[in-house]
Amino acid sequence: MSFPWAKRYEPTNPLMKFLDEKLPLPRLVYDAVGAGYPVPRNLSYMWNFGVLAGFCLVLQIVTGVVLAMHYASNSGLAFDSVEHIMRDVNWGWLMRYAHANGASAFFVVIYLHIFRGFYYSSYKPPREMIWLIGVVIFLLMMATAFMGYVLPWGQMSFWGAKVITGLFGAIPLIGEPIQQWLLGGFAPDNAALNRFFSLHFLLPFVIAGCVILHIWALHIPGSSNPTGVEVKTESDTLPFHPYYTAKDGFGLAVFLLLYCAFLFFMPNALGHPDNYIPANPMSTPALIVPEWYFYPFYAILRAFTFDFILPAKLWGVLAMFSAILVWFFLPWLDRSPVRSGNYRPLFRKFFWFGLMPCMAALFYLGGTHAEEPYIMFSQIATAYYFLHFLVILPIISSIERPEPLPFSITEAVLGSDGNAVLSDNAKPVA
Amino acid sequence: MIRLVGILVGLGFAFVALLAFGVGAYNAATDPAAETAEHAFHLESEMPEGGYSFTGPIPSWDVAQLQRGYQVYKEVCSACHSLNQLAFRDLSELGYSEDEVKAEAASWTTIPGIDPTTGEAVLRPGLPTDGFPAPYANDVAARAANNNAVPPDLSLMTKARHNGTAYVYSLLTGYQQPSAELATRFPDSMPGPGLNHNPYFANLNLAMAPPLSDNQVTYADGTPATVEQMATDVAAFLTWTAEPSLVDRVRLGWLVMGFLLFLTVLAWLAKKQVWADAKRKD
Ligand code: HEC
Ligand code: HEM
Repeated sequence: MSFPWAKRYEPTNPLMKFLDEKLPLPRLVYDAVGAGYPVPRNLSYMWNFGVLAGFCLVLQIVTGVVLAMHYASNSGLAFDSVEHIMRDVNWGWLMRYAHANGASAFFVVIYLHIFRGFYYSSYKPPREMIWLIGVVIFLLMMATAFMGYVLPWGQMSFWGAKVITGLFGAIPLIGEPIQQWLLGGFAPDNAALNRFFSLHFLLPFVIAGCVILHIWALHIPGSSNPTGVEVKTESDTLPFHPYYTAKDGFGLAVFLLLYCAFLFFMPNALGHPDNYIPANPMSTPALIVPEWYFYPFYAILRAFTFDFILPAKLWGVLAMFSAILVWFFLPWLDRSPVRSGNYRPLFRKFFWFGLMPCMAALFYLGGTHAEEPYIMFSQIATAYYFLHFLVILPIISSIERPEPLPFSITEAVLGSDGNAVLSDNAKPVA
Repeated sequence: MIRLVGILVGLGFAFVALLAFGVGAYNAATDPAAETAEHAFHLESEMPEGGYSFTGPIPSWDVAQLQRGYQVYKEVCSACHSLNQLAFRDLSELGYSEDEVKAEAASWTTIPGIDPTTGEAVLRPGLPTDGFPAPYANDVAARAANNNAVPPDLSLMTKARHNGTAYVYSLLTGYQQPSAELATRFPDSMPGPGLNHNPYFANLNLAMAPPLSDNQVTYADGTPATVEQMATDVAAFLTWTAEPSLVDRVRLGWLVMGFLLFLTVLAWLAKKQVWADAKRKD
């Protein structure tokens, strides 16, 4: 893999030479995130979020393992054990708030990472596999976060688990047996809490495995870039280290500033007060909502209120799962030969004035009470969501006339053609 | 083929969603939802005048206020409400010395214990390591004594309600006679037997009778014990019980932010320097 001009790892230090012969781990790092990996020279800050997502995963695993040392996954003890972490465990409040807000930060980063993919069509050949693995990672993250939210065994934990597993009950005939099998009972209880904890501990490591595959698949074609024009010559690239390590380092620092502002100054702003009330099967909260990062899909679920051939609830469940599953088919739905939205006038209009407002609306509507006019808005946004991916994108890609592409990345960045001598004051776009 | 199937599926979901929209819009137009009493009469909580020392950018605990709030909890609220997440030893954070904590614990005489000679269940005075005792043996007893409502545990109350500190204060000071307008427009939302009208409570009527009246406690530091004052103090105390790490957390936060700001500037300069030669290196 990689380009022929990639620098080769040549250890000089005897210890590194020894290691390279026996177990070439430093070589792997050098070729993956070091000077041996050439990367397009024009990546924008939208290409920072992959590294940030990796950071979030490590953060969740480290804080999660510490929490698991003190947490008790028993329905009689769970709530108090979380409070024990908050009050009695040294720095326990920091670990818990870091983990709870870390989950939100992880999703912020992942959504930006995915929206980057939408705009620059990063899913197109030759990067389909990277995209497919990415969608699998997103599904695993959702499962992990859902089960994590159940663990403190507060009111929202309990009722959220009840509503979400209840969705399976909408499937005809086999739905209810499936729901009972998932929960290990008729309603969420100790059996459900225990298995959720077990899986919540396991899945992040499955995610880590998928991340390795994701990066492996990435390193075959290399990163795309804001022009969408593939790398042609050495002048199109820069070695990952030090250029992108420096850029990612700055991105990480900015991320940490924002994350810590939430962590230290408003650690409960993204949570729901009801989860500080112990789970009570006898008392239903006035409003049952999942965490904010599920809102778009929750809004789609609740948009279906009318029995048309199938029961409304079943439509909602089908639509909610389909809303993510359509992402798997994007490489085959959008057949435009041009990748970057920067050169696709029609696509760009629908992205900024269609998809983005639609996502913003769904993010808002998923958290509101299920009453009018919110439901009507979510019905329109849901219809647009499906039309966008399944109807508009395929049609645009066959009727649109893309704008002229630059000859190469070098030309796009430096304003000269790829073979010309690069002038001294030509500035790369950061 | 994928695109053809996709277009059909997309049109299908969009059609059903828009159908539901049409039906919903028709219903909303022909049969608009009536305004609810909660919507018309519920009030947003407000902080007491003068605010608190623990809000704002550099928070601190007003230890005297927390001690007064603790006194209100002990002499009033503890008759009905538990404080499960706290132990007497936690009071050392309110500025009590070790001996004072011991004496304070011992002043609570209803800790469930075991007689060391006979092994029988007895009630004994508290030790610093004991948790605060609950006023009722179980929820059934609590319901029986409180008009069929269980007084909730107060340890986490200010985090378990939206804008919790202000909520506790507003709830305690917000009892009033239901307005005539409520009686005419929403007769069903008038307080039933044993219920009390309070516009800060979610459904306007709650089973807790106004727990505070002027001079109900006698403050050791001579502060006049008005309802306002007691409500302000006990809301502060309950903010501390819900989040004892609040002040430490925010103060540590500024240190961390300062460090990260410095780190961000360094990272920016490093990035600029590394990229400065990108134009020549090609
Ligand atoms: C006589 C018993 C009694 C006393 C004394 C009492 N309460 Fe209550 N309290 C109740 C009951 C009963 C409820 C449940 C009300 C309901 O759900 O309708 C309640 C509920 C509450 C609530 C929760 C309201 C909500 O949003 O659900 C708060 C906060 C509260 N009390 C604070 C206090 C404070 C602070 C004090 C001391 C100043 C106090 N109470 C004294 C009986 C009492
Ligand atoms: C993909 C990574 C992860 C995500 C998205 C995630 C998400 C979450 C969420 C949303 C919660 C609820 C937080 C709360 O309300 O307090 C939670 C709790 C918890 N998580 Fe994770 N988590 C991840 C990884 C892990 C790992 C690797 C472990 C342990 C090995 C772990 C252990 C725990 C524990 C013990 C709790 C309960 C304690 C608490 O509620 O604070 N998590 N997680």
